[in-house]
Amino acid sequence: MFAIIGRRLLVAIPTVILVSMLVFSLQKLLPGDPIATIAGEERDPQVIAYLHQKYHLDDPIPVQYIAWVGQIVQGDLGVSLRTDEPVLSLIAQKLPVTIELALFAMTFALCIGIPMGILAAVRKDTWIDTAATVIALSGLSVPNFWLGIMLILLVSVKFGLLPASGFVPPSQNLWLNIQTIIMPAFVLGNALAASITRHTRAAMVGVLRSDYIRTARAKGLRGRVVVLKHALRNALIPIVTIATLLFGELLGGAVLTEQVFTIPGFGKLIVDAVFNRDYAVVQGVVLCTAVGFIVMNLAADVLYTIINPRLRHA
Amino acid sequence: MNRMLSRFLRNRGALVGGTVVLLFILAALAAPVLAPYDPFKTSFLAIRHPPSAAYLLGTDELGRDILSRMLYGARASLLAGVVSVSIAASIGIPIGLMAGFYGGLVDGIISRVTDALLAIPFLILAIALAAFLGPSLTNAMVAIGLSAMPIFARLTRGQVMSVKAEDYVEGARAIGLPNRWIILRYILPNALPPVLIQASLTIATAIIAEASLSFLGLGQQPPNPSWGSMLNTAKNYMTQAPWMSISPGLAIFLVVLGFNLLGDGLRDAFDPREE
Repeated sequence: MFAIIGRRLLVAIPTVILVSMLVFSLQKLLPGDPIATIAGEERDPQVIAYLHQKYHLDDPIPVQYIAWVGQIVQGDLGVSLRTDEPVLSLIAQKLPVTIELALFAMTFALCIGIPMGILAAVRKDTWIDTAATVIALSGLSVPNFWLGIMLILLVSVKFGLLPASGFVPPSQNLWLNIQTIIMPAFVLGNALAASITRHTRAAMVGVLRSDYIRTARAKGLRGRVVVLKHALRNALIPIVTIATLLFGELLGGAVLTEQVFTIPGFGKLIVDAVFNRDYAVVQGVVLCTAVGFIVMNLAADVLYTIINPRLRHA
Repeated sequence: MNRMLSRFLRNRGALVGGTVVLLFILAALAAPVLAPYDPFKTSFLAIRHPPSAAYLLGTDELGRDILSRMLYGARASLLAGVVSVSIAASIGIPIGLMAGFYGGLVDGIISRVTDALLAIPFLILAIALAAFLGPSLTNAMVAIGLSAMPIFARLTRGQVMSVKAEDYVEGARAIGLPNRWIILRYILPNALPPVLIQASLTIATAIIAEASLSFLGLGQQPPNPSWGSMLNTAKNYMTQAPWMSISPGLAIFLVVLGFNLLGDGLRDAFDPREE
């Protein structure tokens, strides 16, 4: 097992290095001169020269990259060109908001997706299975930003049940925090729930065909015991690892949700940075997201190795 | 092939999906004929009218007919789906083919690069690329295509590695056929079908991605209509003109659902486990 984990770690390192190169080269290709934006309308050549020197923009690209990596390793992701705030500090402010949103979304997705998938598998080829499949496919097909707009129209505008936008930190007011997070979490978790339903159904259908399930039934065990105690336990192995992988994708999906509900999270940070040509923030956010994704993939691999007895002793 | 076609035709979901897709394609092609108004014509007297006999889906904030803009917007969305996937496939398939066929260092380098690209969430990569290329529908299609390319590279690589191990490929090598011949006559025809099925599913993802980029202001630019950019505007008038938000989103949902049903149907029809 440790050999497998070690191999995964060795593969992850060059991936992280390549990601850093991609992220570095990406922001270099952004349009417009960010220094011209900061220097203001007067565009004083001395100011521009000073800013170019301050942000090492006159150095050759490989030198800039090595300097940038050196800073990253020391925990310095640079400074926002617009607000002069450290990028790490900005990320530290915004990331907890997105993580809270993602956790709520994942909880909703698991609570809906797994039971629906089990039901569809147990009632395979019946109207229940068809309905669950159609609902899951619809969940995958609906654009989450439109779902958000529709929910705002219905829940906030028409019935006034929940706030349409904004975010209240839990430390400020827990009840208001929950009220502001419910709709965005539902929107973000919707496609995830659909995906988990499909994977759960596929895993359960496969497991329910197994010989040991047939034996359990032949022994006279009740249906619920067969499904929940014997089948689900084995079907959960791939589902848990897939859910871990999907958690990483939530960070990408949060971009649109945070735009619709005006949530000051990670996703909104990158969109604002792109439009403001704040390339230091774009670099930092994309790099953190990619590294987070690699870590989640690694965690999924480790989890799969731990849970699956056949791999534990490999 | 007949068995697969028969399985596909027996799948009601796939037929419904295919019909929906076909209807949208026909509507997009026939937009100049079907659209009751000029999609660009503004009218101060018709600003934010609700749906009526004169304007079936209502009008927007500049008095333009929403139905006409929806029909022309279908062109942008469907084109984005097809072109993006074409870009992704035309780059990803050859790269995956090289990685799967040659293996070794070539495979190692290509796999690490695709892993790195896949590590950046699809939408964030598409946003960053669209921002670098500049906001326009063409650039959005290129951005989405480049972001989706690793999926095709990885899938093709897996298929090629699987086909490469088959006896008939070994036999072809044994009789001294050149690599190019083996790739074109043996490997590609057998490796491509699952990749093409994935393409139909990726079209759905690409349509949502284009709508997302347009919603963020990085795709189709005004006054050209696109479902995503219509929703971007509509969100500012949610209380005054809720009808502006309903139709474009519903259209995206239906066409994406159609492609998903079609793709699922194709996958089930070509699944050897169903034989």
